[in-house]
Amino acid sequence: MALPMLATDNWYDIRDLANLTNPLLDFVGDNISSELAYILGPLIGFIASFLIFVLPSQLYVGVYGERKLIGRIQSRLGPNRVGPFGLIQPIADAIKLMQKEALTPKLGDPIIMNLAPIIFVAPAVLLFAVIPFGPNMIVANVNVGLLYFLAVSSLPVLAAFMAGWGSNNKYSLFGAMRIVAMSISYEVPLVLALLGVALFTDSLSLQGMVLWQKEWDIWVGFLMPIAFVIYFICVSAELNRTPTDIAEAESEIVAGYLTEYSGMKWGLFYGMDIGYALAASAFAATVFLGGWSMFGLDKFIPPWLLLVVKTHLFYMLFIWTRGTLPRLRIDQLMAFAWKFMLPVALANLLLVATERMLWVDAFDSKQAMLYVFMIVNIAAAVGIVYVWARFLGYDPDSQPTKARLVKEAGGYVPVGREVR
Amino acid sequence: MEGSGPVIAFWMLAAVTLVAAGGVLVSRNLLHAVLFLILAFIGVAGHFVLLSAEFLAMAQVIIYVGAISVLVLFAILLTPRASRDNGETKAFPFGALLAIALAAVFLFVINDTDWRTVSESPGLAPEALGEALLTTWVLPFEIASVLLTAALVGSIMLARTAEEEAEDALA
Repeated sequence: MALPMLATDNWYDIRDLANLTNPLLDFVGDNISSELAYILGPLIGFIASFLIFVLPSQLYVGVYGERKLIGRIQSRLGPNRVGPFGLIQPIADAIKLMQKEALTPKLGDPIIMNLAPIIFVAPAVLLFAVIPFGPNMIVANVNVGLLYFLAVSSLPVLAAFMAGWGSNNKYSLFGAMRIVAMSISYEVPLVLALLGVALFTDSLSLQGMVLWQKEWDIWVGFLMPIAFVIYFICVSAELNRTPTDIAEAESEIVAGYLTEYSGMKWGLFYGMDIGYALAASAFAATVFLGGWSMFGLDKFIPPWLLLVVKTHLFYMLFIWTRGTLPRLRIDQLMAFAWKFMLPVALANLLLVATERMLWVDAFDSKQAMLYVFMIVNIAAAVGIVYVWARFLGYDPDSQPTKARLVKEAGGYVPVGREVR
Repeated sequence: MEGSGPVIAFWMLAAVTLVAAGGVLVSRNLLHAVLFLILAFIGVAGHFVLLSAEFLAMAQVIIYVGAISVLVLFAILLTPRASRDNGETKAFPFGALLAIALAAVFLFVINDTDWRTVSESPGLAPEALGEALLTTWVLPFEIASVLLTAALVGSIMLARTAEEEAEDALA
């Protein structure tokens, strides 16, 4: 085989696992009734994805890797007792959680409380349907993949709200309210940032975005650094990761919407938090970091492996911020979303749209134009953040006189008194 | 799409949507009603998918499930005792009358419409939708956005108390 090779159609070519599964699914569709194929297809996909992606990512990068890395960041050892290097710790944790009793408060709403973890799990699995793992390795190549991702990722907020409301506990309700407020605040700059990407790549499908990045040999993350940073901060806030996890801030409201949960019902929330973070990382790797393409390297290395590695590297950023930054307060986060992220996202959209107009009308040297735009945008990103922070007087609101959401929920806040 | 898969999916989605819509009417607890309403919205989005209108389905989930239901939830949370005492109301006969009138209108429209089956999907691409919104239907589109902006400004004006105004004037 000549060296600059593309993935072939042979079933043993592991560079594209669709070679393995597609004939199998075709066989099932041709020989067995199509109704059975509806059941068998997901089953095969579930087992394969569980072995290839879910088990190593969720348990080992998610639980074990996160605890180990945070341990190193905080000058601790992390889990090191169960098995070699503590490798069996996540499995031991899962067994422990299953044995624990899942309590339901007497005055809580048992139906909503039991339904919430179930509803929380399903979207995390659904999110991976539109992530392209390779040229043919995509479960549902819908032409509105970006919107699909945004739509499905708005569902877990409802589950978290149900959990908080059904617990009949005021701290749970505070957590639920905070997560809903955060998600609608951070959704706006997030969507504006992604709108710029969709505008430039001229596609709403994630596969289309990867192919665009492959065609022009540039990653959107470099082309639009402002959008990338906005995506990272917004998604970290929506996922409730630690610097922004005010919905379960244990120093303020016990454990937020998870206060009354125990056992595996809590475990589902914990595990799927990691699942959502991984899905958001996979989405970021696809939209901003070239997806399964890697400047021609995807001819030699399996594309799905590239995407998995990029996903996990992006997930490391979450762990890093989690281990490094202290938690913000809710008023700081709200002010940050509306007073800083939203104007910056709008400025980014204006910049990107202008560049897009210039780029489409250009006749030659389109590739060079992209690199010029990349430098301009990186400079603009540094410039906007610096100027905004330094001169436009964005005060991080370090001495607020009141916390609005606490007041709305009926809490007592002394208004008008200077807190110094 | 062939086979009995879409048919099964249609009946399942129809059952889910109707049961959820019934649940909205029957449930006494306002929060349960909103959760049923969300389920009904998702069922409608499923119907859009079956009609090969993926964009509409996604817009349905993002706008109705992701935004509007969340706002309804907020309204319930911020209203004291909204989810507990949802008893009888004197407006029941008027509500029933309105519902019957609405049902009559819907039945008339359903009866009057010429339902055609097309062999292939019309292919409602997001590009076509965007172009139609910004060329043929640009006036209603702009009017809708002005209306939304007015509503936004109005709600901020209503929500701000006098002491908040005074505080911000000082800051």
